[in-house]
Amino acid sequence: MAASTKMKTPYQNHIDKADFDHVYEPAEDSFLLIDALEKDLHYLKVKNPTFCLEVGSGSGVVITAFGMAFPNTFCISTDINFKACEMSATTANYNNVLLEPVNMDLISFFVDKKFDVIIFNPPYVVTKTEECGGTDIVASWAGGVKGREVTDRLLNMIPKKLAEDGTFYLLLIEENIPNEVVEIMKIYGYKSELVIKRRVRNEHQLVLKFYK
Amino acid sequence: MKLITHNMLTSKCLKGVTTGYPLSIKATNVKVTEVDFNPEFITRIIPKLDWDVLWSAADSIGHSEGLPKTVEPKFEDDEEFLKKAHRVLLEIEVEEGHLTCPESGRQFPISKGIPNMLLTEAEVQ
Repeated sequence: MAASTKMKTPYQNHIDKADFDHVYEPAEDSFLLIDALEKDLHYLKVKNPTFCLEVGSGSGVVITAFGMAFPNTFCISTDINFKACEMSATTANYNNVLLEPVNMDLISFFVDKKFDVIIFNPPYVVTKTEECGGTDIVASWAGGVKGREVTDRLLNMIPKKLAEDGTFYLLLIEENIPNEVVEIMKIYGYKSELVIKRRVRNEHQLVLKFYK
Repeated sequence: MKLITHNMLTSKCLKGVTTGYPLSIKATNVKVTEVDFNPEFITRIIPKLDWDVLWSAADSIGHSEGLPKTVEPKFEDDEEFLKKAHRVLLEIEVEEGHLTCPESGRQFPISKGIPNMLLTEAEVQ
């Protein structure tokens, strides 16, 4: 049988709709990220990652899709919102994926250079600084200045936490000024590549990948 | 929380903490769930773990029985060993309890199997 070139979309019909009052409901951006990983499936299969981490996993749809495609990868997720960690756990479980959610801010508690793949769909909406930094549903979208305040904090940790031959996938919108992100990562020694982009209503979403 | 995850957690990001590893575990509820045995997965994950930390963590929650203290060079051919490692790595989960930073004594609760590592701004380096 030829290796699959598709990723499956996890079932999420176990979730009570009311829970999405507290946790980001999967939307076009979530599915663009899954599509980006699917587009990169061959590259990732060759890499054969041991550890994959999704930062800010929300409902868990993206990391669960990853786990379904990579049964030999150990998947970990973080979220600053405990309810999101719980939902990520149930989504993974419902789709027979082993996932370890940890309730933390970004990736600050992990030992260095362990992760072969890190995935992040950040809170990217341009808001006032005061709006970002909470632990509830607002934290899932409020990105502060340029919609980049949370993203830039994570960029700073990537060289420490990503394995030397690891890959980092990041979703952004045009308002986040992706070129600036590419420049920041270049200073940290990373090459970058545009994996996929899509226009959703008035929003131009894209997924970049970074590697050494 | 499985012990693989514990193996990867450090409280080094706390203000005044230099290593923060390993965190000690106090478990009040440990769950054992059957997981399909996947020798390929276990074989590739073992060299990436700190085995001493894993052994001590298993011991601290009462699950080190029969688990060797060291990993033999040709461990991948020893199915009995791989099955023991599989059990400790994937089947045993701390449902309730807490983790403690070895330097500061700061405790992090584990509830519903999820460690809560949220900090106040004053606690961050």
